[in-house]
Amino acid sequence: MLDDNEAAGLTLEAVDIRLGDRRLIAISHSIAPGEVLTVMGPSGSGKSTLLSFIGGFLDPAFTARGGVCAAGVDLLALPPAERRAGILFQDPLLFPHMSVGANVAFAIPPDIGDRRERRRMAADILADMDLAGFDDRDPATLSGGQKARVALARVLVSRPRVLLLDEPFSKLDMALRVQMRSLVFGRARAARLPVILVTHDDADAEAAGDAVHRIVTDGGGNG
Amino acid sequence: MNRAAGQDAVAILARVAVVLTLAFLLLPIAFGLLGTVLPAFGYLPALGGTTFGLEIFRALFATPGLAAAILLSFVTGLVATALSLGLTLVFVAGFAGTPVMARLQHLLSPLLAVPHAAAAFGLTFLIAPSGYLIRLVAPLSGIDRPPDILILNDPLGLSMIAGLVIKETPFLFLVTLAALPQVDLASARRLAASFGYGPIAGFVYLLWPALYRQIRFAVYAVIAYSTAVVDVALILGPNLPGTLATRLVQWMNDPDLSARFLASAGAVLQLTVTLSVLILWRGAERAGGRLLRFCRDGGFRFAHDGALSILSLISVGAIGGTFFAGIGLLALWSVAGLWQFPDLLPQSLTLRSWMSALPRIRDPLLTTLAIGLISTLAAVLLSIGCLERETATGRSGGERSLLLLYLPLIVPQITFVFGLQLLVIGSGSQNRFLALVMVHLVFVLPYVYLSLAEPWRALDRRYETIATALGRTRLMVLLSIRLPMLLRPIMTAAAVGFAVSLGQYLPTLLIGEGRIETITTEAVALASGNNRRVIGVYAMVQTLLPFLAFTFAALLPAFLHRNRRDMGL
Repeated sequence: MLDDNEAAGLTLEAVDIRLGDRRLIAISHSIAPGEVLTVMGPSGSGKSTLLSFIGGFLDPAFTARGGVCAAGVDLLALPPAERRAGILFQDPLLFPHMSVGANVAFAIPPDIGDRRERRRMAADILADMDLAGFDDRDPATLSGGQKARVALARVLVSRPRVLLLDEPFSKLDMALRVQMRSLVFGRARAARLPVILVTHDDADAEAAGDAVHRIVTDGGGNG
Repeated sequence: MNRAAGQDAVAILARVAVVLTLAFLLLPIAFGLLGTVLPAFGYLPALGGTTFGLEIFRALFATPGLAAAILLSFVTGLVATALSLGLTLVFVAGFAGTPVMARLQHLLSPLLAVPHAAAAFGLTFLIAPSGYLIRLVAPLSGIDRPPDILILNDPLGLSMIAGLVIKETPFLFLVTLAALPQVDLASARRLAASFGYGPIAGFVYLLWPALYRQIRFAVYAVIAYSTAVVDVALILGPNLPGTLATRLVQWMNDPDLSARFLASAGAVLQLTVTLSVLILWRGAERAGGRLLRFCRDGGFRFAHDGALSILSLISVGAIGGTFFAGIGLLALWSVAGLWQFPDLLPQSLTLRSWMSALPRIRDPLLTTLAIGLISTLAAVLLSIGCLERETATGRSGGERSLLLLYLPLIVPQITFVFGLQLLVIGSGSQNRFLALVMVHLVFVLPYVYLSLAEPWRALDRRYETIATALGRTRLMVLLSIRLPMLLRPIMTAAAVGFAVSLGQYLPTLLIGEGRIETITTEAVALASGNNRRVIGVYAMVQTLLPFLAFTFAALLPAFLHRNRRDMGL
């Protein structure tokens, strides 16, 4: 059972990211499907570089070593576009030139080629997020909570291997934050996605419930 | 496999674009200068020159009135640049961060898009002895016919300097505004004020050195332009003797081909004159810096320098007023029936001038559009490629690449385009049109790139990160995310490029060898004719074309993104 989970989950093996000779993060960890690893650290500690490294967007200024395996696939061997590492940022970052429906449809994997089928899938998942009938709306006209849900719908519909959360709740107001936390973690669990959450908010870690990795900044007075 | 190929395709295309951009910018300058310098020393096999020597320079220096022409180019260029920069400095220092600034920014932007020739014609209609200003005062002073004074083409080049200042001040102003976000204006202003410094003194002490470093290539471009300009000099400058550049054009177009040798030597001389002004300017930069430090360290506060900003506001207002009045007069003359001196309005309005000019305008107009659109399209594609390469590598090339971009604007046009003309003739190429498009590209490309670079860099990279993480290749991300999101700045850059191509007089004249006519070459050719109605028609076409380009550039994104509020920025 455990072995099975490990194969299906996300494994970080001796991941080590540095900027020059300053070590930002060093971690080995296995995340089972539906589980959350929370990486905590003060702002500026470089905790987001872990997500960039996994997604394949690490700035060349950093040097990184280690292995990243998702569902038995070596992610680092793949170009970023093929890793299917879904990301949610602080901002929903809906593509402003596309309708809400087009934003979601953009994320549907290309093996679903039929245009009507893609539209239907987008409409379905929007309805599932309490956003039925929002397909043709301009993203700019949505409330903050609605935008966050569209962003979640967009990343889920892309059938990611892992879900990478880069402080996605930090810009939401209190009530919305609680709501979105349970929605995101609930959906990730339902989809059996391994999740890495990067945050500096203890309440986030508490809501995630699973393992927590704390970044200790080494060396003189960077934190 | 397929996707990896898509990934590579963009990277390869971007790399090709960088190489092509460098080639299109630098090769014409290099070969052009070579093509100018060799004949200057006697080597031009096509015309029988096979030996090197200094005879041509001897002949050049023996031409009468040369010293006056050199002096004229030197002084008009220097004064026009100093006035334009001084006005810009005082105005920005006085008003940066105030609502006045934002309003004037909108007012001055159109000045940039209208070709120099049209603006210069507008000025002539205003200040000529039979122009509007004299008509305005005529009833008061009892003037019943145009006074016999030389206002236009005055021997000191004052009207030419005015024409240059009208166009170059808005240019430096907008370049400075673009650099302004990189300094901390608000806190510097507060700090300076709290220590009792005048607003201009505080601005100059705290911000100007950093700001000037950002805009100095643009200032050098203004120097190069003003010392070697031809179209403005033909319209507003002294005639006999003219500036050095106008003399060169006469030799370059002389039916007697041996005059080309003289023209080459003259072009080398022009390069020397421009270089001397640049060197003098660099010296002035240093002296100015020393003066600034002396005043700053002496604690001179100039607490009441606000009066100076009022003066600059009046000057900038006068520039805008002159420009728009000039354009208004061009429009009025183009539809004027009988309009006698000193009437303030024509007795009737008619479309006769337009109707008779239109058949003759058709071909030059089509040529103008073709050259402008092709060179602009090429410039936009190359700029996108270079910027994409910058995004991929994370290196912007810094000040060195900025200098490369400004090089075609800092090396005087006339010095290398003439060499290119000789090469084109020498190669026996029949493809004049293609050569002309490539020469236009040399000048269009820097403006398009500089206009697009800031918005390109400002786009939030996370949009692309998300799209890539959703499984899209670099090509798809470029086509479906970045380019659509940047549609408005891309269209604006294209409009800028088109306006630059439209305004090119000298390259079109030289490379086209009179066989390729554009609206601008036709308009400038009218300068000596003095038919105000026809000049009005051509200058209006010159004014309307960039206006249409910018309107289209604004309407297309507005239409395509009509239901997307966040795209309206």
